[in-house]
Amino acid sequence: MNTDNDSLFETLRQWRAAGKSAALATVVSTWGSSPRPAGSHLAVDADGHFVGSVSGGCIEGAVIEAAEQVMVSGQARMLEFGVSDEQAWQVGLACGGRVQVFVEPVE
Amino acid sequence: MKAAILDRITAARRARQPLVLVTRLADGAQCLLDAATAAGSLSLPAVQAAEARSLLSSGRSTRLNCDEGLFARAYVPSPRLLIVGAVHIAQALAPMAASAGYEVIVIDPRGAFASPERFPGVKLTDEWPDEALTRLGLDAATALVALSHDPKLDDPALELALPSTVFYIGALGSRRTHEKRLERLRAAGLGELTGRIHSPIGIDLGGRAPAEIAVSILAELIQVRYRGEHAASGAATRA
Repeated sequence: MNTDNDSLFETLRQWRAAGKSAALATVVSTWGSSPRPAGSHLAVDADGHFVGSVSGGCIEGAVIEAAEQVMVSGQARMLEFGVSDEQAWQVGLACGGRVQVFVEPVE
Repeated sequence: MKAAILDRITAARRARQPLVLVTRLADGAQCLLDAATAAGSLSLPAVQAAEARSLLSSGRSTRLNCDEGLFARAYVPSPRLLIVGAVHIAQALAPMAASAGYEVIVIDPRGAFASPERFPGVKLTDEWPDEALTRLGLDAATALVALSHDPKLDDPALELALPSTVFYIGALGSRRTHEKRLERLRAAGLGELTGRIHSPIGIDLGGRAPAEIAVSILAELIQVRYRGEHAASGAATRA
């Protein structure tokens, strides 16, 4: 469960120390079969570099895109992905699960 | 996430201290708790604070049971692997375990073995195993493997690990070597605990190369960590 989180937080601090904007995405709810459990993190910087994961790779692109917007707006937001989700994101999870991902700016 | 919270999480992880971060999903306000303190822009009612603190031991992350959307993210220390004996198998095992999320420390007082050239990027100590283990502390998130083949190094480590709460103990050596080791440990008064030692060490994958043995040791560690000793004891073990 803690795999790679030590380096993720160290990386976040390095980005901030270098004056880069950054955002942190966290899986906060899962339903059915989803690849990463609640609490999984993905950290993103202003140049699109990222560490960690919130899925097996299927929604990372959309989460990174949202993270870039969150860095600009400074406002946290909630994303939801799943087979039945046709609203905000045209991205689904191949495994048929659903996840909610909270994306927050890192000050 | 405020800079102060990021700093505190990073520092706590370095110090192996558990924390739980509660986030109000409506606006991102946060409260960072340990067993005694709470800090941040979100002030939590006692009930939710207690529920969040209950996650400090399990390490589980979950939504809290309340109308307000509160998510609790527990940060608990990484599992730790202490390797006694900076031998060939240790050279393969240390980076593999690190990539599986373990904090790895290799213990060997023989400087020629525990050298940075042989273990690039691995935390090493040249203390004697009993000194090192006493300093590092043996807790339920820690595993110990004795690989040195030298009773002067392996035995003191096993004598400290057996009565401790470490979740896994393994010792390298042939059946005959292990029989002799058991005799010494019985003589040291630890006879009733010797069943905790995995020896032959590792799941029997059939491999003999150092890296193959390292895989079998790491596989057994992971199995015991998640499935417990009972499930692991049913599996065949390697020589």
